[in-house]
Order: sequence, then C-alpha cells, then structure tokens
Amino acid sequence: MAAVLDVQNLKTYFHTEYGLVKAVDGVSFQINQGEIVGLVGESGCGKSVSILSVMQLIPTPPGEIVDGKVLFEGDNLLQYKANGPQIRAIRGSKITMIFQEPMTSLNPVLTICRQLTESLELHLDMDRQAARERAIELLKMVGVPDAASRVDDYPHQFSGGMRQRVMIAMALSCNPMIIFADEPTTAVDVTTQAQLLELMKDLVTRQNASLVIVTHNLGVVARYAQRIYVMYAGRIVESGLSEDIFGHPHHPYTIGLLNSVPRLGEKHGTRKLVPIDGLPPDLINMPPTCAFLPRCTYKVEKCQKEPWPALRAVGDQHYISCYVDIREK
Amino acid sequence: MADDIEKTAKNSDAIGTAVAPPRHSEWRRISRVFFGRKLYAIGFAICVLLILVAIFAPWIATHDPLKTDLRHKLEQPSWTHLLGTDSVGRDTFSRIVYGTRTSLLIGFTAVFASAIIGTLMGLAAAYFGGWVFAIIMRFTDALMALPGIILVLLIAGLAGGGIPVVIFALGFGGIAGMCRMMCGQALSVKQNDYVLAGRAIGMSDWRMMLTQIFPNAFPPLMVGITMGIGGVVLGEAGLSFLGIGVMPPTPSWGGMVNNGQSYLLTNPILSLAPGVAIMLLVFGFNMLGDGVRDAVDPKLRGVL
Repeated sequence: MAAVLDVQNLKTYFHTEYGLVKAVDGVSFQINQGEIVGLVGESGCGKSVSILSVMQLIPTPPGEIVDGKVLFEGDNLLQYKANGPQIRAIRGSKITMIFQEPMTSLNPVLTICRQLTESLELHLDMDRQAARERAIELLKMVGVPDAASRVDDYPHQFSGGMRQRVMIAMALSCNPMIIFADEPTTAVDVTTQAQLLELMKDLVTRQNASLVIVTHNLGVVARYAQRIYVMYAGRIVESGLSEDIFGHPHHPYTIGLLNSVPRLGEKHGTRKLVPIDGLPPDLINMPPTCAFLPRCTYKVEKCQKEPWPALRAVGDQHYISCYVDIREK
Repeated sequence: MADDIEKTAKNSDAIGTAVAPPRHSEWRRISRVFFGRKLYAIGFAICVLLILVAIFAPWIATHDPLKTDLRHKLEQPSWTHLLGTDSVGRDTFSRIVYGTRTSLLIGFTAVFASAIIGTLMGLAAAYFGGWVFAIIMRFTDALMALPGIILVLLIAGLAGGGIPVVIFALGFGGIAGMCRMMCGQALSVKQNDYVLAGRAIGMSDWRMMLTQIFPNAFPPLMVGITMGIGGVVLGEAGLSFLGIGVMPPTPSWGGMVNNGQSYLLTNPILSLAPGVAIMLLVFGFNMLGDGVRDAVDPKLRGVL
C-alpha cells in the first residue's frame, strides 16, 4: 500500500511568555490509502498540534513549524504559505478535518445548507442548486432524519450528535483522501460515540479515504484503527499494527496506558487497574533524556545517560523508542 | 391509582410519538422582545414618523422654508403659521419639517460612513493581528486622544461649513469608536472553533472575515449605530448653533435654535420648537438602540 501522506520529522514549537514549548518535536508518521490510523496520547502530548501542523492551521505567532516535511501527492505542503492558494485548494477538498466540539464548530449565524455548500462551491465549482441537492444528499448519508427540511435550519436547532453528523458530512463533502478527526467523539455521549464511529468507518471505507482518529480514548482506536501511533511529550514513542500495540505493547508508556484502563470481558476483581505515577513532563523544561523516565518502572542505567532513544524496530511494522527490551506476559 | 398509571402510559406514548417542537423563527423572537416594551415601540414609532416627515416634507410643509417675508416677521403661532415666523418672516413649522431632512441626512450618512470604515478597520486589525493590528489601533488611539469636539471644530473650521463638511467632521470622529468596538468583538469571535473549521475547509481570508467573523461580531454594533445617529444629530445641531455647521439658508435645527436665541424672551417658540425636535429625534433613536440591544443580545435570550 502506498502512503498518501508522509510526515517526516515534524517540529512545531510555540513561543510563549514562559519559554519555548516544543509541542511537537520530531514526529514522523505515514498514512496509507484507505487506512484508519489512531493517534493516541494524553492531553497536551502534541496530537492535535501534529495534525493542525499538517494542515498549516497553527496560529502563527505564537506557533511555528520549525522543521519537517509533509509529503502529499509528491508535494511538501510546508513549502506553501500558511493561507496561500495552494494549501487552501487542498484543505477541505483533499484533506479535511472533523473537530472535537460540535457545539462550537458550526457558525451559529449561517444555515446548515450554507455551511455545507461552502466547500462544494469553493472546491467543486458547483452552482447553488446543485450544491444544495448534494448537501441534502450528504445529510441523508450521515443519517440526519428529514434532511430536506432540516438543511435550512440553524446549528442551534440541532443536538450535539446531529451537529457532529453535520461536521462529518462537511468533511466528506468533496470526497477527500484524508480525514483528520480530532477527538471526534469526546464531546458526545457513549451511545452517540459508537454510532458516529461506525458511521465514519462505514463512509470512509466506502469512499476509500484514509481516516486519522486523534484521541486519548484507547477503546475508540482499539476497535476502529488498523494502525496506531502512541505519542508522549511531543514525540511518537510506539507505533505499530493495532493487534501488536494492544497484544504485545513494548514501550513502558503504552504498557502503563493499557494497565490503567479496564478491559471488556475481564472478570471482575482479577486485575487491579494501575495508574501511571507522576505527571506529564513540563514541555518548557524538557529533560535531555527520555521524557518518560521519571515515571518509568522499567528504567535501566542507560536511560539516565543517553538522550531520548530513536525509534527502533521490534517487529514487523512495530517500532518503539526505548532502550529496554520488555517481555510483557 | 389506576387512572394515574393510565395517564402515565398515555404520556409516555405521547413522548414516543412526539413530533419535533415548532420551529421558532429568530425574527419573531426579536420582534416580540422589541415591540413587547412600550418605550421601545414608542422610540421606533418616533423614528419612523421622522423618516416619513423627511421623505414627504414638501407635502407636509405649509410654506416654502426658504421664502422670506419681512412684512410677517416674528409672528406668533397662528393658523397660517403654525409655529410662527422667524426674524426674516420664514415659516418655522416648514423649516422644522425640512430640517428633518438635513438632520437625518447628516445623521445617517455620517454614522454609516464611520460604521463602514470603522468596521473594516476593526475587522482587519482583529483578523490579521500583528503589525496590521498595531498600526490600526495606534491610529484609533491617536484619534481618541483628540477631544471629539475640538476635532470636529478643527475640520469644520478649516473647511468652512456646509453639509458635506459636517458629515465628514462628525463621521471621522466616529470611526475610532466603531473600529474599537468591531475589533473587540471580532477578537472574541475569532477564538471560536468554527473560525478554525472555516480555515480547515479552505476559505480565503476575505471569505472568512465576511462569513465567519463579521456576521457574528456585528449585532452589538447595531446598537452603536442606532445610538450613534442620535449623537451625530446632536453634534450637527451643536455645530450649526455655533455657526460652523450647516450654512444658511438651508434649514437646520441647530441653526434655528441659534437664530431664535436673540428673541428668546419675546418669541421663545423660535428656539423651543427646533429644540424639542432635536430632543425627540435623539430620544427616539436612543430608545430604538436600547430596544435593538435587548432584542439581539444573545446573553438576554430566554430572559426577555
């Protein structure tokens, strides 16, 4: 499978009053065609910043993409101006986004129709009438009942789950190649979460698009993602196929994450949930060593002296950035 | 007991088959709040009335407002001259009627001009930030540092009087306020996710400002604009009273108050009538502004 998107050594820093925040510090990942990829990590580890950097949606200043390449269709997207015509032609048509907060991601003063047709008119040069029909079709596709009349409603007349469906419709409207979903289901309840994820999976598979789910919810990626990248403190610490990450995690952080969530089907009381001790590192004063070191239960002497280890292969398509070889039973 | 159960069953039935609640039109809500208060309705009525008077002035006026008639100067109110005549025999009532045109013309053009320019500047400053923001905001700071009346006097004094000069002078002074208001609003609107979402679907800067930011930042400005009209009319009256505003013989309320002041003891109606007209107009537009604010302010939605 060919990679549609190849991100190499991406570095996004924020210049703040307190110092330089290395939000994303040398992240590389590939997205293959038709693949669902999970980008997992706790709050503030740089997941969202990574994908916003790919789209060049980082507010500059204070943010700055310092280094790296984003290869898409043979072009390095980072060579284009942040809101220039080349990047605008890609945004919303070939690469689209679904945001976390459905309540605030829709413009409250425009009808759903206007917002859905915006990108159709912009990228596909559709006229009003055709775009409107396509908008109704899209709403039907994402399961909004009575689409033909609801298309003229305003966002405040929709519930959270319905708005997220509208966001999904917007993201899919121009048959994109890649969809970034930034915590797409965090703001909706669990039942709706499942519905939305099924819907996204279904639609993405049908269009043969790639979906990147950014989340802190391991349950979400476990079920839907084929490949997973685990991020910690602005770097990718482990990547691999979903089965490998969940079946044989190698990085202490991934192991810690999996030990801290209950698993379905587990007999009650057979296993204690173990939280990861300590706090995520302060991104301004990053240690020269592995950033997970203070919280790590597997550390060896080498960890204290050497810098943050580079990714190394531990299996087919399975990489970790750790010096220790852990045999997890 | 059995009744209760039956009732509950019926209710839950109703819930199951419930149709969507009726759609509320935003306009209907706004007009309900607006016309629900008497004072706002009165303000609105005054404004409409004044606009109608301005439009139909030739049919309402009883005399030619410019025609002097020295044989009938300084007459007391009568059936021929409803509000008497001034020192050169012009009909006061007709002059007030035509003065509505002058006042509203100046009020509307000055406020709209300053609103358009101020809005564009404020929008650009907030959207682009950085040096654009710095330059525009320092410009408005400088504009605000000048006392308004001095600025207006300076412009009007240098360029002489006349309606265009008054519009320019009063409009120019209003830019800073509009710009600041828009900038503040736009900065807070800019934080919303839908602005980022707009960029994520590839909107251009211009389109972003027009569809995502402006419509969401505009409602509070409507209040500023309606109230601004009253302020500008008052400013025009002041300038004309000082003799550097609208040039005679064009009828202007401020100028009429000025002309009448020498006869304040013998013919007080000469100054009082245009004074009342000014008051009425300013009151009307201020009430209108208050009403608009209450009706469009999202924070008061549901409260009123």
